[in-house]
Amino acid sequence: MDGSAPGLGAADPQLQRFIEVETQKQRFQQLVHQMTELCWEKCMDKPGPKLDSRAETCFVNCVERFIDTSQFILNRLEQTQKSKSAFSESLSD
Amino acid sequence: MESGFGSDFGGCGGGKLDPGLIMEQRMTDKCFRKCIGKPGGALDNSEQKCIAMCMDRYMDAWNTVSRAYNSRLQRERANM
Repeated sequence: MDGSAPGLGAADPQLQRFIEVETQKQRFQQLVHQMTELCWEKCMDKPGPKLDSRAETCFVNCVERFIDTSQFILNRLEQTQKSKSAFSESLSD
Repeated sequence: MESGFGSDFGGCGGGKLDPGLIMEQRMTDKCFRKCIGKPGGALDNSEQKCIAMCMDRYMDAWNTVSRAYNSRLQRERANM
């Protein structure tokens, strides 16, 4: 590549777009792995010949509640930071 | 593939990050926990059968989670 542009894909919006999409896919997969692992503990008893509908429902609910939890935490942290202006100072780490 | 990259983990069309390796590690962990009681001198038939079923169920679970997550993402996007 003979472009003098600094940074990946800075001169090529198509490449940049490709990188964005691939990064998103990766993030998606990582989360699926994480949620599958967590929800397996909550939803699976003894592995049977197929995934019964109760377990399947549990997995679906589990995903939704996981995302709800994540959003809840984000929102509350945001609120806490807004209401306490000294919040970042009170974090002694 | 803009409509969602949450498709089933069957043929693994976008295997750029080798999800197979992560999958193998998790399966080994989960299925060992579910299927092996007191470790004996070898894996007996029932343990092997359990592990095989466990692998398939883990795959099913992965696909279910993937679909559910994808749906949620699309719903969130629709609400923006």
